[in-house]
Amino acid sequence: MLGIERVTVRYGASVAVSAVTESAAKGEWVGLIGANGAGKSSLLRAAAQLVPYDGAVKVAGETMGRISPRRRARLVAYVPQQPELPAGMSAIDYTLLGRTPHIGYFGVESAEDQRVCVEVLDRIGLAGLAERHLSTLSGGELQRVVLARALAQDAPVLLLDEPTSALDLGRRVDALELVDELRRERGLTVLSAMHDLTLAAQFTDRLVLMSGGQVVAAGVPADVLDEQLLSACFGARVRVLTDDEGQLLVVPQRTRRRIEC
Amino acid sequence: MSARSHPVRLPLAVSTLVLLGAMLLATAVGPVAIGAGDVVGTILGHLSFLDFHTSTSPVDQAIVWQLRLPRVILAALVGAMLAAGGTAYQGVLRNSLADPFLLGVAAGAGLGATVAIVTGHSGPVVLPAAAFAGAVLAVTLTYLIATAGGAPARGYAILLAGVAIAAMLTAIQTYLQQQHTEEIRQIYNWILGSFSVASWSDVRLLLPYAVVSAAVLLAHRRILDVLRVGGEEAGALGIHPERSRLIIVAAATLGTAAAVSVSGLIGFVGIIVPHAVRLAASASYRVVLPVSMVCGAAFLVLADLVARTVQAPSELPVGVVTAVTGAPFFLIVLRSRRTRQGVL
Repeated sequence: MLGIERVTVRYGASVAVSAVTESAAKGEWVGLIGANGAGKSSLLRAAAQLVPYDGAVKVAGETMGRISPRRRARLVAYVPQQPELPAGMSAIDYTLLGRTPHIGYFGVESAEDQRVCVEVLDRIGLAGLAERHLSTLSGGELQRVVLARALAQDAPVLLLDEPTSALDLGRRVDALELVDELRRERGLTVLSAMHDLTLAAQFTDRLVLMSGGQVVAAGVPADVLDEQLLSACFGARVRVLTDDEGQLLVVPQRTRRRIEC
Repeated sequence: MSARSHPVRLPLAVSTLVLLGAMLLATAVGPVAIGAGDVVGTILGHLSFLDFHTSTSPVDQAIVWQLRLPRVILAALVGAMLAAGGTAYQGVLRNSLADPFLLGVAAGAGLGATVAIVTGHSGPVVLPAAAFAGAVLAVTLTYLIATAGGAPARGYAILLAGVAIAAMLTAIQTYLQQQHTEEIRQIYNWILGSFSVASWSDVRLLLPYAVVSAAVLLAHRRILDVLRVGGEEAGALGIHPERSRLIIVAAATLGTAAAVSVSGLIGFVGIIVPHAVRLAASASYRVVLPVSMVCGAAFLVLADLVARTVQAPSELPVGVVTAVTGAPFFLIVLRSRRTRQGVL
């Protein structure tokens, strides 16, 4: 469904992503992990056509660089790390922005667009907050509204950049559960950058570990979450444990012992 | 929930009524008071296709048709353009202080008008043309510099470039003015803005620009809402943000430049009117843009009425009236409940 072929992203002289080739099958959830600056966001932004890049990104057989923004937005929905939340805009109006690729340039939303958005808000449990201004919503609610806007695009591929970094533990799990449910219901292909490696292991089908703009390891979470690899990539001592239920737990450890005094 | 519409009808209906009332009042009031019935009768009588015969005296008819009506209509058009220009710039640059005036329109028009006056071309054709050219050139320069080298047109880069260009052009204008002290008064009068010599030919000059600019901007009212999430996200939502911005800025600039070329520099309208509408009605550009145009028109018609009556028979510069009456009103609005809710 999503094919990334030898994608290289440069910011001036520095190379953020270096000839990365990856793919995600229909309905698959692929997690991008790696330290800050490893190239996760840049790769996502290249896939979303938000930064210039060399190489090719293909979605559903179409080469993203060669089609109109409108057509792209019907294929790929992108949720940035820190979405812009316009003051005074209501949740439903924000969700309706997601219908942009389905509305003519000079057009306004049809009854069908309204219906889609109301349905999406209903599905993610925000029907009661549709008329509320974004500035009055909690972090968890905002995260869901942003997801609602992406879902309203009705695109088969969802790109999420650290979707849960601002949320508390409970809301983080809630948000990922929601993405997972929607993925299964709609057969969405998800590519997401993730910080929490334990949650990444639990939710994704495959992990791609990046370092210095390159793919260091890719595969099922149990293979990628290797203590030595992670320690090297994150520059920290990391233990990977397995709990009673067979879940992987990634636990960072202090590098220096507490100084005795 | 049924198909919902943005709450534009009520504010638009109310502001349109206020505008019509303001225009009627401004046409009726003056050194010679003319009844509302005579005003309407004169207008109907001049619409040849109606074949309407009015009993109003020819003198009153002349006052209404030749003097007051063109002035009122010109003020309305200029007010609508200034408010629409401010709204559009605020939307494109995502900055509540953005306004074509700030970004070189005022400085460019001022320089253009000054050059025309000091070279002895202060007639009704060359002066507005020079002001218009100056305004358009200033904004073009701003946009080109801010986007030089293929950089994306970031809001703050355009604002800063605009402020720098404006400072430079104003300095040149001031220099020219100091070199030609005998024309200072004339330059100063133009800069402060006035409708005192408004005629139908000014209306005809402005009308095509106003219609095109308003039509283009209104057609982009939804795109302006999409741009509220920033260029990058707007691009991911399927529009060409740079292209849309350029079209909107061009339309807003042409409209504003045409407006100032016939009226002089009437400041403040582009800032206060859209913000007042945001606070009173909605932050959506589908509401702010059309309602601001109508409110801007009404505001300037009333401001001009004050300018020519408060100290009659002499006139105040209308720009002074807009600032003096607009500022306190705006400060009250700014302290209102919706501001605290974070609408601005």
